[in-house]
Amino acid sequence: MDRRHFLTALSAPAFAACDFRNGAPEFKGEVLGPSMALGHRLRTNDFPAPSETRNLDIAIIGGGVAGLSAAWHLAKRGVKEFKLFELEDALGGNSRAGQSTVTPYPWGAHYLPLPTKESVHVRQLLADLGVLKSGIDSDTPLYDERAIVHGPQDRLFRNGLWQEGLLPRMVAPKEVEQIKRFEDTIERFKQTRDLFGKKAFAIPSLLASRDLRTASLDATDMRRWLVANGFDSPALHWYVDYGCRDDYGSLSRDTSAWAGLHYFASREGRAQNADPHAVLTWPEGNGFLTRSTGEWLQERVPAAITRNAMCTKLVTGKGFAEIDIYFAKENRSVRYKAKRVLWAAPSFVLAHVWENAPALFRASVESIEMVPWLVANLHLRAPPADSGPAPLAWDNVLYNSNALGYIVATHQTIRTRPGPTVLTYYWPHSGEPPAVARKRLMDTPWSEWIKAILLDLQRPHPNITKSLERIELWRWGHAMPQPSPGFLAAPARAALAALDGSLVFAHSDLSGMSLFEEANYAGVRAATLAARG
Amino acid sequence: MPPPAPRRLPAQPAQRLRAGCRTEPRLRHALLFSVFVVASCGLAYELIAAALSSYVLGDSVTQFSTVIGTYLFAMGVGSWLSRYIERGLAIRFIQIEILVGVIGGFSALILFLVFAHLAGPFRFVLYSLVFITGMLVGLEIPLIMRILRRELAFKEVVSQVLTFDYLGALAVSVAFPLLLAPHLGLMRTAMMFGVFNVLVAFWAIKLFGAHQDAPGIAGGPQEQRVSATLPPRAASFLRWQGGIALVLLFGGFVFADKLTALAEESIYADQIIYAESTPYQRIVVTRWRDDLRLHLNGNLQFSSRDEYRYHDALVHPALATLPGAKRVLILGGGDGLAAREVLRYPQIESITLVDLDRNMTNLFAKAPMLTALNQNALSSAKVKVINQDALVWLEQNPDMFDLILIDFPDPSNFSLGKLYSSAFYRLLEKHLSATGLAVIQATSPYYARKSFWCIVATLEDAGLRTAPYHAYVPSFGEWGYIIAGRGEFAPPVTFPVAPRSFDGASLKTMFAFPPDMSRVPVEVNRLNNQILVRYFEEEWRRVMR
Repeated sequence: MDRRHFLTALSAPAFAACDFRNGAPEFKGEVLGPSMALGHRLRTNDFPAPSETRNLDIAIIGGGVAGLSAAWHLAKRGVKEFKLFELEDALGGNSRAGQSTVTPYPWGAHYLPLPTKESVHVRQLLADLGVLKSGIDSDTPLYDERAIVHGPQDRLFRNGLWQEGLLPRMVAPKEVEQIKRFEDTIERFKQTRDLFGKKAFAIPSLLASRDLRTASLDATDMRRWLVANGFDSPALHWYVDYGCRDDYGSLSRDTSAWAGLHYFASREGRAQNADPHAVLTWPEGNGFLTRSTGEWLQERVPAAITRNAMCTKLVTGKGFAEIDIYFAKENRSVRYKAKRVLWAAPSFVLAHVWENAPALFRASVESIEMVPWLVANLHLRAPPADSGPAPLAWDNVLYNSNALGYIVATHQTIRTRPGPTVLTYYWPHSGEPPAVARKRLMDTPWSEWIKAILLDLQRPHPNITKSLERIELWRWGHAMPQPSPGFLAAPARAALAALDGSLVFAHSDLSGMSLFEEANYAGVRAATLAARG
Repeated sequence: MPPPAPRRLPAQPAQRLRAGCRTEPRLRHALLFSVFVVASCGLAYELIAAALSSYVLGDSVTQFSTVIGTYLFAMGVGSWLSRYIERGLAIRFIQIEILVGVIGGFSALILFLVFAHLAGPFRFVLYSLVFITGMLVGLEIPLIMRILRRELAFKEVVSQVLTFDYLGALAVSVAFPLLLAPHLGLMRTAMMFGVFNVLVAFWAIKLFGAHQDAPGIAGGPQEQRVSATLPPRAASFLRWQGGIALVLLFGGFVFADKLTALAEESIYADQIIYAESTPYQRIVVTRWRDDLRLHLNGNLQFSSRDEYRYHDALVHPALATLPGAKRVLILGGGDGLAAREVLRYPQIESITLVDLDRNMTNLFAKAPMLTALNQNALSSAKVKVINQDALVWLEQNPDMFDLILIDFPDPSNFSLGKLYSSAFYRLLEKHLSATGLAVIQATSPYYARKSFWCIVATLEDAGLRTAPYHAYVPSFGEWGYIIAGRGEFAPPVTFPVAPRSFDGASLKTMFAFPPDMSRVPVEVNRLNNQILVRYFEEEWRRVMR
């Protein structure tokens, strides 16, 4: 027998499934994304001139976690004279969510670690939304059980099998020893306090110690830090890399060691009714929190929120700031003269619209690199079948994949029988200059991305296309800032923090880490400044 | 074209053949190809046996390692035994080939039937089959080597035979997981390789038959000169044997589905009177004399002989203490048997039965044999059947009930485990009227002791008072239930409707737990830890063979 022919014959069925040449795939799909056309119009700035000028106490630009947190905090303080403008047709920002007939599902951020005691405002917000039930000041508050991630929490596909947990098992004894030592090191970092009792790795990070010893970790990258500390285990390197990509969308070699360690050492929140590593999550991810905050606000400050409203121009003056808001639906602009503008949108947009921005400010902010992400939602008729031993979990990670794996949207529902579901697949485009990755993300046709995604998912699930009904892509061109080495001391952050006049910066770019707790803190901080008058 | 007749070979034929073997390339190639087939078939049977035993017994590492070990050992035994075959090498080779084809070809079916029919000897049959096939395959290779030795130098024989042997193994080890097992299934794969074996036998009959006049070919001095040839009578006898084997195997291959059904029927032991695959489960109803049995996904749900014991215990202890009960909710229980018991209480005004599977409730509302069993409960004007996921319904519906009966499947996976979680019981509590009670079927306190007490602890964590008890149901063994409510529960002493399986005095003993079923310390089953599924798996794994 001709052996080559024989082997080709054998391998054919395995690849046939992802072969699109013989016609269109059987499932449907589309590409979604933030309103890029609208956003990119800022470059040409062809918006109608304002038809009127109105006065306003406080304007909040951006309806993501930061803007909503600012509005929530203002309302809590009894301040009701504010308006929030959101560019998109839905609130949420990076926590946006979608909805099918089966389940809501996330388009971005999908979980919140159990908040630490420092995350006072996050805990307060969760209490207001009914997620935190009691013990708001205790080490172990009681949370709504439905919102705590249901077991099994996570699993890893490695060497052709699913294992429980994300730390690779079945590794060499030397690696086991290193993983143990790494965990011990992280445990020590969790306990580290400076002279004033501040944590080395607090979350929100602006409350962390600026002690030289910990701040010096910012001078190196996470990969080098590992090597310098005698960690060379490939399994551990993969795990740390995964952590950096999960939180920041960047590889460990492109991530400040301070940020890399922050991922592991800052998460020490506990709950009375959950395991220590549990997280809070909902079918639609953090979209639940932004939607609920929006509803909470709607009840207390009706008509404060306007969607499809984009800030196209900002001019700061003494004691006031003028903003031009373009209402996309009505195709007209209104100029607001506000006592305070709380900027809760990404800093690179601010650099675009702030007409009289100091040159130094613009230069420093434009140097922040924004990592692009690709998120796919796969609508399946049935949950994916797979090879054991670990059964389908909430978070399903693939070892040695460029992407992060997928989340199961129906994991948090209770049903007597498993039915149709939605898998959310996350793919940060790390490992190359963000501008290059962004261009490729925008230029490559959707069919190519889908092919690549399915090829990755067919490793654990060879038959996934059989139950695939629909696949949607969301291209986040500027998903989050990359916390590269030196980001802590970067001039941009100082410039953003220094804004405390008529323009206050209220976005998570303030800390350089795109996390719920950071956004919430930045929003609350700005609201506090604004409420003081 | 047949090669020149060996009779006309010059003197010292052996030497010439060893040097180049130009005269018999066809026979040699055929034999080497048959080595390839024999090796692939052998490995296929081995993989099928290992896969099937891991499928039915679990623990694939043990199954694969013991099956492969037994097989290799048996091959060694076969090789050793080959020394006792001194004459008629070709005949023996062909017969062994046919035998391997039949035994190996039917091995999957035999194993499946044995597993379905008989509890004990599965392992014995498994290892016997593996041993016999291994031994026969072990016999074949030395025989082929000896036949070839008359034509090739020893180093050539060893190198070529072993090369094809291992190539055959490679081909199957790649094809089995990728192509054969997923596309043909274990039973058809085995039959197919059986057919291959027999086809090789036929080919060999043809080849050796053509060379029957070749006594001149002789290998070693000990070999009988005629051993590699076939007398015409032997050839036709072998053709008959091969023909019968081929018909059997072809039949097996074609009717594999029917045979699977037969095997399924054997799993259920009794006559299947109804079988249907709904979007949610496979429903099978069997009957043996007057015993009707319902199986969902292969798990026995009830036997009509003793289901009254199960449903007596589920319904009467709680309902007998609720003279004012008017509204009853049943979650699961699409067979209508719990509803039948509830309907015996005249004060009940309405029963809401939520069962996801419409086919199931339709079946038990319409099929005469089944409606006779549930006394047409599902057609009663008091009963409202809702085909929706019980959870979705509970979340969307604000109604309160005086009695809630929960008859969910056992917590054997993580989706089902959530139906026994503290979060679920908190939701349940919202649907209980002020003095309302819930009764939960809670697996066996004897076989799954931790699981049972874990459900008790979880109900208590959700703020409910519990009264655990147990009943003996012959089909299931000792079975557990929990009554949960807001107040203390005292078992009834008298019954407005008499249960068949207990009275006041015997009910008292059902609420007492002997030392081997008494309470053990366990964790609460939360959505986050899903500890119940882990307890359940660990405990039932010990019980199931």
